[in-house]
Amino acid sequence: MSGKPKLHYFNGRGRMESIRWLLAAAGVEFEECFLETKDDLTKLQKDGSLLFQQVPMVEIDGMKMVQSRAIGNYIATKYNLYGNDLKERALIDMYVEAVIDLNELLMTHAFQPADKKAQHFATIMDKATNRYFPVYEKVLKDHGQDFLVGNRFSKADVQLLETLLMAEECKPDILAKFPFLQSFKARISNIPTIKKFLQPGSQRKPPLHEKDVPKLMKIFH
Amino acid sequence: MAGKPKLHYPNGRGRTESIRWLLAAAGVEFEEEFIETKEDLLKLLNDGSLLFQQVPMVEIDGMKMVQTRAILSYIAAKYNLYGKDLKERAWIDIYVEGTTELMGMMMFLAFQAAGTKEKNIALMIERATTRYFPAYEKALKDHGHDYLVGNKLSWADIHLLEAILMVEEYKPDILSTFPLLQAFKGRTSNIPTIKKFLQPGSQRKPPSDEKFVATVTKIFNT
Repeated sequence: MSGKPKLHYFNGRGRMESIRWLLAAAGVEFEECFLETKDDLTKLQKDGSLLFQQVPMVEIDGMKMVQSRAIGNYIATKYNLYGNDLKERALIDMYVEAVIDLNELLMTHAFQPADKKAQHFATIMDKATNRYFPVYEKVLKDHGQDFLVGNRFSKADVQLLETLLMAEECKPDILAKFPFLQSFKARISNIPTIKKFLQPGSQRKPPLHEKDVPKLMKIFH
Repeated sequence: MAGKPKLHYPNGRGRTESIRWLLAAAGVEFEEEFIETKEDLLKLLNDGSLLFQQVPMVEIDGMKMVQTRAILSYIAAKYNLYGKDLKERAWIDIYVEGTTELMGMMMFLAFQAAGTKEKNIALMIERATTRYFPAYEKALKDHGHDYLVGNKLSWADIHLLEAILMVEEYKPDILSTFPLLQAFKGRTSNIPTIKKFLQPGSQRKPPSDEKFVATVTKIFNT
């Protein structure tokens, strides 16, 4: 038994990527067990490892944790990425929940039917640039600090960076009108643990390609 | 300034009902300002009250909190309904996420066309019976305690009761194969603050009806 957290998921981003980011940012080494076929998933379901028969599942500290938010909260608290007090946690939660909303849109893009893709893309871009990014830009501008909450690195910063990079994969110049987000991106990317995670060979997963979608559908449907 | 939390949302369950449940269970009095028209929403949008231009929004402790889970987590922690340590919080989070998924399957049924709605109700009942309720039944069976986590009332219990009652609105005998959940339901419903919330005249909202659907459509349609 290695003692390292063990992640059970398919070999791709999905709902596990934020957890990989958080562990990496905290400097925590982790192992991964990839589901490649429906049988792999069925096996986990049958042996009682998945409380609600779903992945992600992370073996950590003697628990088989499921539900990505629960897992993320646990890791953030354990590694001091969740603020100093209740009010800071409230702010971190608000910022993270909104980013998760945007992530959902980005994540589901590859699964859109061909005739809905363009419209979906337009929706993502609109929400990113009109609803979400302006908020974080203003937060950073208003307090002038390096991090979103409490002048201290937290889950909110990790999650926001992850999303900024994902958005840029969709539209490379999406941050053109957000100078504070641009410098935030550069600054957080340079944090040693994150810099390492952003290098080739890390456990960070690439974007989902359309050709991978059928294989995924076979595992989960 | 009353000092009581103030909820901003249309007059119906939606994403705010779980917040009402939690505050009520904690014995916290709260006020509600109902969004009834598009103008009401625009006013909130224009005065910068909605961080991401969305409701629910809850004014609490000098903050204008948005994002349902953020609000619920804050209330749970503040009123000692979030366990005593990290591991208890982990289990509460896991259980709450499960009941969130289950209730999410019912939240917008009233807005769906008849055929789709019937299909989704059937799916919800299947998931309740084969995925979610067995997990909670087992949790109660394994430790034999009255509450899901740490032998003490927590957010997880309140959320589970809300979910059970909601599913029962669609299938009254849904707990027939879950004896421990039946006992849990009876017990938890009798907690004084919850019992009060379950009585007529409380701030608990009824299931969404056509009138609510019409109001919400009017408010949120661009």
